[in-house]
Amino acid sequence: MKAKIFVTLKNGILDPQGRTIQQSLHTLGFSTVEEVRIGKFMELDLNETDITSAENTIKSMCEKLLANTVIEDYRFEILETY
Amino acid sequence: MGQSAHLIWHQDTSIKGMDAIILPGGFSYGDYLRTGAIARFSPIMDAVVEFAGRGGMVLGICNGFQILLEAGLLPGAMLRNRHLSFICEDIYVRVENADTPFTNQCEPGQVLRLPIAHADGNYYTDPVTLSALQANAQIVFRYCDREGHVTSQANPNGSLDNIAGIRNAAGNVLGLMPHPERGAEKVLHNEDGVFIFRSILSALERNKIHQPV
Repeated sequence: MKAKIFVTLKNGILDPQGRTIQQSLHTLGFSTVEEVRIGKFMELDLNETDITSAENTIKSMCEKLLANTVIEDYRFEILETY
Repeated sequence: MGQSAHLIWHQDTSIKGMDAIILPGGFSYGDYLRTGAIARFSPIMDAVVEFAGRGGMVLGICNGFQILLEAGLLPGAMLRNRHLSFICEDIYVRVENADTPFTNQCEPGQVLRLPIAHADGNYYTDPVTLSALQANAQIVFRYCDREGHVTSQANPNGSLDNIAGIRNAAGNVLGLMPHPERGAEKVLHNEDGVFIFRSILSALERNKIHQPV
């Protein structure tokens, strides 16, 4: 199965990259953009058949390595067929 | 400084016989994912964590500091510099705690001129941890101006509370973003960094019997 993992800075933590892009979008005339947050997107192929087991594995991966929970939140989606 | 030093490779698994460990700077593992995130799992790190747990002195400089944060030996995390750019320049730090094994040869409040060279030195931690760092005098260095005033103008990267270096609660692990080793010789036109290495030697000399083998 395939997993899509999203890692983003926690709410309240200043995201200078996002702010710079927001300003750039404003310059281009996209004036409705109120906030931009930059994150990471990771796609994993897992040799798993059990959803619960895959969820536990991904959670453990995120906590240990893929996200730094001091500054980042993570969420993920699991796609059984692709 | 007349001391013998040995390089320990990241693939090694033992640090037997060392009095102190220095994790140097240097973009280990290309800073992939986050600075220090992959390096923190290199084979040698189990031995470093164990050494620190036994009270061994561990100093992390720049990327070494980031690795110590990722390894959980020091609290907090690094964000991208406030203005996003890589900064390579001399800055000033004020010694906020001169009663540590890393700063005992400094005067309290002494201003050191040291080089920095990083893109991710914007220290962050949650408010509870910050209060604990402040209450326990764990903030060892803060960015300041030449006269020692800690101001936001003197903060090069946006670090919380102008933090440039912190120690752990036990006091035997220190991480700092500036590079004392790059400003510790006359030929480099800056010798301020030598205070830190003199302090380490002095602490080791004093505590010889307490050092782990």
